[in-house]
Amino acid sequence: MSDSKQSESRISVAKTYKLYIGGAFPRSESGRVYPVTDPQGKFLANAAHASRKDVRDAVVAARKAFPGWSGATAYNRGQVLYRVAEMLEGRREQFVSEVAASEGLAPSQAESLVDAAIDRWVWYAGWTDKIASVLGAANPVAGPYFSFTVPEPTGVVGVLAPQASSLLGLVSVLAPVLAGGSTAVVVSSAERPLPAITLSEVLATSDLPGGVANVLTGRAAELGPWLASHGDVNALDPTGATPEDRITLAREAAGTVKRVLTVPDAEPDWTPTPDLSRLRRYLEAKTVWHPLGV
Amino acid sequence: MGIFEYAPAPESRDIANLKDHYRPFIGGEFVDGSGEPLKTVNPATEEILAEVGTASVSDVDTAVRAARKAYDTVWSKMPGSERAKYLFRIARLIQERSRELAVLESLDNGKPIKESRDSDVPTAAAHFFYHAGWADKLEYAGYGPNPKPLGVAGQVIPWNFPLLMLAWKIAPALATGNTVVLKPAETTPLTALVFAEICQQAELPPGVVNILPGAGDIGAAIVEHGDVDKIAFTGSTEVGKLIQRTVAGTRKKLTLELGGKAANVVFDDAPLDQAVEGIVNGIFFNQGHVCCAGSRLLVQESVAEEVMEKLRYRVSTLRMGDPLDKNTDIGAINSAEQLAKIRGLVESGDAEGAQRWTSPCPVPDRGFFFAPTVFSDVHQSMRIAREEIFGPVLSVLTFRTPDEAVAKANNTPYGLSAGIWTEKGSRILWMANKLRAGVVWANTFNRFDPAAPFGGYQESGFGREGGRTGLEAYLSV
Repeated sequence: MSDSKQSESRISVAKTYKLYIGGAFPRSESGRVYPVTDPQGKFLANAAHASRKDVRDAVVAARKAFPGWSGATAYNRGQVLYRVAEMLEGRREQFVSEVAASEGLAPSQAESLVDAAIDRWVWYAGWTDKIASVLGAANPVAGPYFSFTVPEPTGVVGVLAPQASSLLGLVSVLAPVLAGGSTAVVVSSAERPLPAITLSEVLATSDLPGGVANVLTGRAAELGPWLASHGDVNALDPTGATPEDRITLAREAAGTVKRVLTVPDAEPDWTPTPDLSRLRRYLEAKTVWHPLGV
Repeated sequence: MGIFEYAPAPESRDIANLKDHYRPFIGGEFVDGSGEPLKTVNPATEEILAEVGTASVSDVDTAVRAARKAYDTVWSKMPGSERAKYLFRIARLIQERSRELAVLESLDNGKPIKESRDSDVPTAAAHFFYHAGWADKLEYAGYGPNPKPLGVAGQVIPWNFPLLMLAWKIAPALATGNTVVLKPAETTPLTALVFAEICQQAELPPGVVNILPGAGDIGAAIVEHGDVDKIAFTGSTEVGKLIQRTVAGTRKKLTLELGGKAANVVFDDAPLDQAVEGIVNGIFFNQGHVCCAGSRLLVQESVAEEVMEKLRYRVSTLRMGDPLDKNTDIGAINSAEQLAKIRGLVESGDAEGAQRWTSPCPVPDRGFFFAPTVFSDVHQSMRIAREEIFGPVLSVLTFRTPDEAVAKANNTPYGLSAGIWTEKGSRILWMANKLRAGVVWANTFNRFDPAAPFGGYQESGFGREGGRTGLEAYLSV
């Protein structure tokens, strides 16, 4: 690559972009792909077009990974997530070029978004072992009991990732799920999926157990309803759906009393440092009581 | 009467100051509701206690407008330290009128006076006292420097703990600066309307609290109202799902506290006599009309026989009858409808092959009563192991290993509460960690406190009530 003459004469090896389910990179079981272009319409790649069955496979993988990930120590989860940030940093140039191509940005703009995404990931990695002390409590109950409350992960979370912000937005919605100890099935931006697929490759090489995060490329409008109605999905982030579709998804989600995030109509600016609201949405408070006595 | 039997010790019903007629409370005044009046019944005698005026859909709109006006002009502008003083006043007034409220609650609900007197009413007062202190300290609650209220809260509560559920709803809403429109359950509206009097005695600004008796259609009208910012519901999972569906796509913040099918897990090293007390408390407290009732007993196989023998003996000593008698352990089932539901599920237990044992206690010939019942040989697939019975019916299953206990305990779409009985501390903490439930009681059961967050996982709902965690439900965060 450093020898420009050689690279001019050389045909590059193109990557086949696939799904990320249970730690593996399968094609869609449907065999479908769709062309991904940059904002000017230039062909970038064919992405796997995930199906309902891929959603179900990903939910099975996420459920299977849940006991291990939620049962890992907070310190361990923090280390694994920090390792993800290290891998992100190592692929910085690749992300910059993919974000620039996907979002039609100048390299300097893409660089600042990629840097923010890496920093965002580090921010959430550092939360894993602080959540319980910030959100938990020793409850001063009026009786001879020791009572304490700890936050616990909600379970399997379906995430419809932002459509516009292909990496920073994706990181901003995925990292809080994982930091709290839940597992995720993510549907990436449909038109801008390449950074999501590369992020999957980062996750696969970062000590994150297979199935903890699953990434599907495809249409939120097609896959969202299956996540919303799935009996083994505990929470849903409808960010990547249209405002009209979010209403339908929220109604579907009521059938299993899913936690559904309230999100703004328009995709927000992801650059400011977030507050705790996304972390809190994927946590359940568990209160434990025991009598005091001799 | 034998030498060790109890003489009747009834509390006087006069203490309840029962009136012939009660009316909805809107904008600080008792008003004639334009709904069809309902007659509330004493479930222990089937006698009519009082006629209660109900709200119509247009009254809901009037109440929401009163709540909005109070929010905009008074309550949201008042310093937290001043709001706090109203809540402290309410707490004290509940304490002052506690005997009246307890007797009224037992008359209207059917629960034993010792429960309304020692549990429901004092805990209701405690909720106001606890939340009063939060009103001027919200910036320390962990939701940022200046957390804002939501506005008008619509609240719909069940009949099993009428005054206590009201306190769980109204105290945090008011402390955080919201105003409320609350619908008590159709069969138990009376203590909520005495609470409205307490609001008047506390000189709470008009419209801050509005109480609308009525049936499900009035609850639905509150949930659907366009100018309500927050919905809080406690009740069945079935209705909770309908509410979640209705609220979907609106900006209303929703919290749900729904049904449960709690496992109460007894290990072979548990102090069995204590465990039996806990099992009895877990399922027969409040006639089993408790969303977090320990309705599935999981007992380790090696002690199952011994536990069952102790349990049957202990249950056979429970006294069922007049809720106003201070010696009564088990009162009346709240309504004929609920009694029919319990009977239906018990019949399904027989039909599916579980072994039914019923306490030989005498059953009063009037009123809605159901004798304490224990099913053994229960399998996980049976309806009595899966569905919430909401009555004095215990389903007993067995297990061999801790892993099996966890798997069976978690084998439910619910996730409200769970119990663990063992002398081994490390096992308690391991189990508490593995059980997917919002409240875990170890070597105790059915403990509640305003400082301890309460609420469910999965289909038992979302959001918490109590503690710092519970404030989130009423803040724009």
